[in-house]
This record gives sequence, structure tokens and C-alpha cells, in this order.
Amino acid sequence: MAKVTYIKGKEPHERERRLIFRNVDRKGWNPSIKKYLSDGGYKELRKSLRMKPGKVTEEVKKSGLRGRGGAGFPTGVKWGFIPPTNKKPVYLICNCDESEPGTFKDRYIVHQDPHQLIEGMVISCFAVGAKVAYIYIREEFPEAARIVEKAIAEARKEGFLGKNICGTRFSCEFHVHRGAGAYICGEETGLIESLEGKRPYPRIKPPYFPAAMGLYMCPTIVNNVETLCHVKHVIAMGGEKYAGIGMPRNTGTRILCVSGDVQKPGYYEIEVGRMTMGELLNDVCGGPLEGRSFKAVIPGGSSAKILRCSDKFNVTCPPGTEKREIDFEEIPLDFDTLAACGSMAGSGGVIVMDDSRRMSWVLNNINEFYAHESCGQCTPCREGSAWMKKITDRLVAGKASAADLDTLESVAYQIDGRTICAFGEACAWPVESMIDRFRDELLADTVEDNPSVARNAEQEAQRRYLQDTIAKAGKS
Amino acid sequence: MSNSILNEQIASPQSDGTRHHPPFEITRQIEQEAELRIRQYPNDRKRSAVLPLLHIVQSEFGFISPEAIEWVAAKLDLEPIKVEEVVTFYPGLRQHAPGKYHIRICRTLSCAMGGSYELMDKICELAGIDRSRTSHHNPIAVSPCGTWSVEFAECLASCGTAPVCLVNNDFHEDLPAAKASELFENYK
Repeated sequence: MAKVTYIKGKEPHERERRLIFRNVDRKGWNPSIKKYLSDGGYKELRKSLRMKPGKVTEEVKKSGLRGRGGAGFPTGVKWGFIPPTNKKPVYLICNCDESEPGTFKDRYIVHQDPHQLIEGMVISCFAVGAKVAYIYIREEFPEAARIVEKAIAEARKEGFLGKNICGTRFSCEFHVHRGAGAYICGEETGLIESLEGKRPYPRIKPPYFPAAMGLYMCPTIVNNVETLCHVKHVIAMGGEKYAGIGMPRNTGTRILCVSGDVQKPGYYEIEVGRMTMGELLNDVCGGPLEGRSFKAVIPGGSSAKILRCSDKFNVTCPPGTEKREIDFEEIPLDFDTLAACGSMAGSGGVIVMDDSRRMSWVLNNINEFYAHESCGQCTPCREGSAWMKKITDRLVAGKASAADLDTLESVAYQIDGRTICAFGEACAWPVESMIDRFRDELLADTVEDNPSVARNAEQEAQRRYLQDTIAKAGKS
Repeated sequence: MSNSILNEQIASPQSDGTRHHPPFEITRQIEQEAELRIRQYPNDRKRSAVLPLLHIVQSEFGFISPEAIEWVAAKLDLEPIKVEEVVTFYPGLRQHAPGKYHIRICRTLSCAMGGSYELMDKICELAGIDRSRTSHHNPIAVSPCGTWSVEFAECLASCGTAPVCLVNNDFHEDLPAAKASELFENYK
């Protein structure tokens, strides 16, 4: 294999380990199958086709690969949920509806290296027994849809897709299905409803676990773009060796997308858990902007709970040791520690805010997103997300009272855990965590005597009485 | 649902952008493209092709008219309401004409921190667009000449190069308000 060099100015940081993003920004690279084949492409597919499907799943289980879409569920285990007695067709869906604010990794895979995704998908289809797969691409990636359609046609022509793949008895067909700008289609059951041609209202689990009752009520595996690409590398290395990358229970590499107030925002592929928050933000991303300091970080896409940079966290780190107190900058970037710190690794979107940012404004921006994107199926979420936005609209405008903050908090806790899908948590967590960690700052944006706050009947009577008294006094 | 009631519900009001889009007319090429999309799904699951067909219509005619909804419904053996409910759900599907160049600016956190609201203001100034009458149900504002229209989009997934926007199918990144007039030169 040729030595990999990168476009000037876009070289990976020395702390990175490029597995999935190996070809992103690579010098002389393009998304054609010719390039991909000249680089040893589709070798892992041939290797997998010589294995038994169950063995491929076994390797993925051994690798400890966890889903990169947000929930971090073990991929091999998910595949294993297809009922063994199943007689219906099995479907595989690639979730390329990347729309979590702060996350922008899948964009580069589908634009620059579509064949890596296709190879990972064919291997996955072989493992789970899927004859048809759909790639659900968000509408806002029109160029990606074109590139992937072209890549599919190329792969079909070369015999990596279609009938009798690589001369074996395995056949499989891929189709691109474009979304239409709805965040909720990133939720797997919402995505399935959308693919069925309906409004993407998520289904309730149980009973509608996609692996048993998914697309057209058939067993369906829905995986993120990055996850499916990892499958290729699991096969290349073998599950056990792959599991050696990263940390136990948090294996492999993952792509962190850093945006906001840092010197060098961008995408960085690192070994899971082998880098701390401080190393990422200061060493890799070049630290805060001139004259600024870090104030808060959302570590896993906008649904993840916000972390305050001046906080201390009481966690077991490294795993297996006694609990101890660590600084924000010492937090290792893995699924479990971030969860223990009161947030989540989510989809890898790290949004950084420095001391120039007003938290009420940040929260309002996030609330507007969720109010816009709630699908409207469950009442707590539909009504709650809109009310949370209205309250923070007031807060930003300097028209909220201190009591509004309590109302805001109570609305959030009435959504959390009371909806069909995880959108409820996604819209409630930013509010809950922001109030928990920045209450004083938010309170400072409220006003005591606020004419726009509704009064109760008693207060209203009192106000009228005073007004009348003053008016009478003025006349006499 | 009778067609007359449907027509009232889904009427597409004229906009300044209407003159830049061809009238709804199904050609053989569109028929073929539609057939190809329908075949992506199992025979008894034609309904799945609702979004692909609507995308074809929108890219050809700029927006989805009542006739287009009826055509898609007939193509897929569906009640028109089943198509209508999809059209009204998705922010990416439009029921009236945008400008010749439809500019979608990302509004979400990282882009907002990078100055996307300022970018929106600048573009509106350059295009002579008044956004004061936009709302959740009517998010698009069109310039009086119909050449440009603007809309805020929710996260275009390129937060590292904020602020970003889409002009029709072209993606533009690293676009602070100061570079807006440069962008404009390409869309006249």
C-alpha cells in the first residue's frame, strides 16, 4: 500500500490515529472506485465472504465495537438480536442523517470515501443476511447523495454489489433514500417510518425493536455511517486485535468533531479514552482564542449535558481504580467516563464556548433547535420544547423573572423520560444541565419587577386597587 | 377526502419566485425517473417512494404544487392526503416557490457563534429581502425580483467550518458576513 500523505494545511495531528479518516484530505485521493481499488480496497469484503456469516458477527462482537451514532450500543450485540427463527427478509439501513448539532464526521466519509462505507455495508449485510440495504442520506447533503449513487453503480459494475458478489452465492442490492430535513429521522424507528413513506413518528420500544420488527415489520439493522466503516477494519485486523485499540469496553478509534471557540476547530480521529479533554482542546485544537479562556463544553452533540470547565468530577479514572476527584481537563474521552461525569460521548460533537458567551443565549439557540425539530407525536415533548424556547426567548430579551427559571426547569423534568423516543431527553438535558451548572448566571439575566409576567388574581386585584387609589389621589 | 377540500388545504400561493420556475408538467423523462425510484422498494411497498418522488418534483419545479401531490398520489396508489401529510411535515419540502437561488443558512449553535445571524442580515441587505413576515410555517422570504430567497436551516453538519450555507445544491463554508458579497457574485 502506498504511503499516505495529506493535502498541505490539512495534515492530521500527530496524536491522531487515522483509521476511518485515513483517506480524508489525502493528497491525490478521489472518491472513485479506481482509487479505492488501487489502495487495496474491497480486500476485506473478499476475506469476509470466505468466512461464515456468523463468524463475521462473532468478530464484531469480539471487537467490542460500539455504535458511533450517539447511544454507544455494542454493534455485534445489536446484530445478534435478529430472531434466529426468522423467515422474513432482513434489511440493513445505513443512517447517514447526520444532523446532531456539533457533529460533522459522516459528511467527510460520504463525500470523500464512499467505497469504504459501501465495503463496510456489504460485509455487514453478509453478516446479518440482508439482501437489500438502504442508505438514508439527509436532504442537506445533495452532493453526497450523488457521490454515493455513483459509487454504488461503480461497485455493482465491478461485482461488489448485485448478483453473486465476487463470484459467491451472496447477492445484495443497495439504494439511496434521501431524507427531507427532519432531525427526527436520525432516530432509528423514525427513520424506518420515513423510509416507509410516512411521517417519521418514532415507534415505541418495546415491542418495535428494529432487529425484530423494523422496516416493513421485518428484522432491520440500523447503523451509523462511521460504525459501518469500522466493520471493515474489524475484519482487517480481527476482532481481538481491534479490541486492543483504545480502552477496555471503549474500543477502537472515534472521530471527534470540535467546533466553537478554539484556535483550530475540525475533525480528529483518536483512540477512544487515550486522550483527555485538556489534551484535545489545548494540544490538538490549539487552546482558546486570543485573550479568552474556556468556559463550558458540550462533549457529545447538542443533546449531551453541558460541562462547566471550572468543575471537579468524582469518577473512577483510570477504570478499576478508586474513585478520585479530577479536573475538567483530566477527563478521558471515552463513553463511560463522560457518562460518569454527568454527560455523554454521544455522537462525538464537541462544542466549545469561551468566557465571551452568554449562557442564556446559548441555551436559547439550543432550545430553538429542539422546538423546531420535535416531531409532535408526544405531548410533553411537542408542548414542552416550544415552551422552553418561549421562556428562554424572554430570558435573552431581559424580560424573564426568577420564577421563570423554576418553570423552565420543571418543564424540562416533565419531558425527560415521558416520551416514546430519546428526543425527550435530548431536548430536556441541555436545559436541566444548564440550569444545574449555570443557575447564577442565568439568574443574573432575570429581572425582579417584570410587567410581562402574568399575575395571579390576588396580585391583579391589588394592582388595580393601587392604580385606582393613585388616580383618585391625582384628581383630588 | 374530496379533491375540492384538498385543493383548499394545499393551495400554493404565488410568490415572487414563481416566475423562475417552470409550470408543472410531467415529461417522459420524469416518468422514467419516477419508475426507477419506485423499483427501489418491494412491489407491495410503493408508498416508500413518496419522498423520492417529491424530491424529483421539487427539483424540477422548485416547489410542490397541488397537482404534484395528486400526481405522486396517483403514481403510488395513495390517497392524496397521505402525500400531503408528508409534504407538510418535512422542512425540506416546500409548497410555494423559492427564488431562483434558494439560500439556506445554518442557524444552529456553532454557526450562530461563528456569525450566521450576521450573515443572514448581510445577505438580506444585498438581496433586498424583508424577513419580517417569516414564521415557523412560512420560513422562506423571497426578494421582490424573485432571484433570491433565504431561509434559516437547522444544522447543516459542518460546524467546524462555521458559518455555512447551501445555495440550491452548492455548499459554501467559512462564510462570514464580510464574504457575503463575494458569494453573491456567483449567483446573479
